[in-house]
Amino acid sequence: MSIRGAAAIVGAAEVDTWVSEHRSPVGLMAEASHRALEDAGLTLADVDGLFSASSYYAFPTMNLAEELGMHPRYMDSSNIGGASFVSHVGHAAAAIEAGLCEVALIAYGSTQRSDKGALVSRAEWSAYEEPYGLVHPISSVALMAQRHMYEFGTTPEQLAAVAVSAREWSLLHPDAPYPTPLTIEEVLGSRMISTPLHARDCCLVTDGGGALVVTSAAQARTLRRKPVYLQGFSESSNHRAVSAMPHLTSTVASQTSRLALEMAGRSLADIDTAHVYDAFTISLIMLLEDLGFCAKGEGGAFVADGNIAPGGSLALNTNGAGLAFTHPGMLGIFLLSEAVTQLRGDAGARQIPGATTSLVHGMGMTVAAHSTAILTTDAD
Amino acid sequence: MNAVVERPLPTPRGEEKQYFADLREHRMPYYCCADCSSPFSRPRERCVNCAGPVARQWSTGEGTVYSFTTVHRPGHPWFADSGPYTIAIVEFAEGFRGLADLRLPPYAQDPYIGQSVSVEFEDVTPDITLAHFVAAQS
Repeated sequence: MSIRGAAAIVGAAEVDTWVSEHRSPVGLMAEASHRALEDAGLTLADVDGLFSASSYYAFPTMNLAEELGMHPRYMDSSNIGGASFVSHVGHAAAAIEAGLCEVALIAYGSTQRSDKGALVSRAEWSAYEEPYGLVHPISSVALMAQRHMYEFGTTPEQLAAVAVSAREWSLLHPDAPYPTPLTIEEVLGSRMISTPLHARDCCLVTDGGGALVVTSAAQARTLRRKPVYLQGFSESSNHRAVSAMPHLTSTVASQTSRLALEMAGRSLADIDTAHVYDAFTISLIMLLEDLGFCAKGEGGAFVADGNIAPGGSLALNTNGAGLAFTHPGMLGIFLLSEAVTQLRGDAGARQIPGATTSLVHGMGMTVAAHSTAILTTDAD
Repeated sequence: MNAVVERPLPTPRGEEKQYFADLREHRMPYYCCADCSSPFSRPRERCVNCAGPVARQWSTGEGTVYSFTTVHRPGHPWFADSGPYTIAIVEFAEGFRGLADLRLPPYAQDPYIGQSVSVEFEDVTPDITLAHFVAAQS
């Protein structure tokens, strides 16, 4: 038994990716679910598995089930932070392959911009870190940035180039929140939060809802949209508290990338579009290195040379992702929906021609949890 | 009416209480496997490498800055009036790491990785003593 090619994403939707006027977190989950099902040509009656994670609800699949009026036969509330939804696709494929579920609905919603304008988190502090005033999560990531600069000579300008590239991609999206390019000077001139990270080194704080519908490969081929198959998947935990992080400049994303590609029988050279969690400029640099797109320590130069901007060697985060398009607390489901949009050929001005294969990497908390999925329009 | 902001302090449970009890000695503890000598910064019953028994040792408290960040937007209301403050991960001579605030001497230069530090202790409550890192006068 293998989950390789066992399941496919057949529906996807995003709702209110900047501000939501009239929807609560579960309201966003429900509306995104309905739109994703319409996209798939399925109904609520077809869904028998629910997957969700949330910073608002202790039991998010139960809130979702209640809101949708459902009693599923399979539920998964695995929460590893923003990476959760990439894991949910892998878990859904396993449940479907095992016959425990036929149609999985994965949903997320957050109103953090409308609520406080800051990250909402129910996560507890470590007893060993709590007294010292770390800002969550930026101070933990700032400790990684400082060390990355020390070990590899990475510069603030190279970090800023990550945000500049993200903004450039977002300008190709019809719903781009910012209408003009961002400059290195603007990033470096933005308010310093926790050295060396400025406000513009951080992802956006938005509202947003998203949902995906996953079903078996066989059923997927009977439905209205081109199936996006899950060919490879792997997840892992790197640490929980930054003071326990084994290496401040590298993570187990190297392991999840390798295992996901192995399962899929593919290499990085096969990747047409990459969708990598960009909570911070430095964390994206670290992940590009760990995933294997460039060597460890060379991420700064890789970005500064224009490789991740439109027209560069790596079509990365083609909607601007967390740094430039949307980031409602947990980004994972939006990375997946953009990958699906690319692979279906629906990406309009930002479409990568002929894209068949995507790598999606979710990160959770302080670069702490990792989940990699390989998606393709090829059935095997 | 002014609300008094409470200082953020942990509520240690189980083996965590050992750590804060050790800090009350005003010495820097670490925890070492009796079988394979692996050092750890926090108490645990079993070694993560060989599952052997772990016992407390005392560090010399000599370490160097492994990384740091200076916080400009307070991470907790208790820090609101203190201006920018620095947090560091320090690597101790015995091979374990700890996290705490980094206190710099007056008119000091910016903190840097590799900077020598020592440890000071503050008895905050009967249950909680905190370690603070102090940068050596340059």
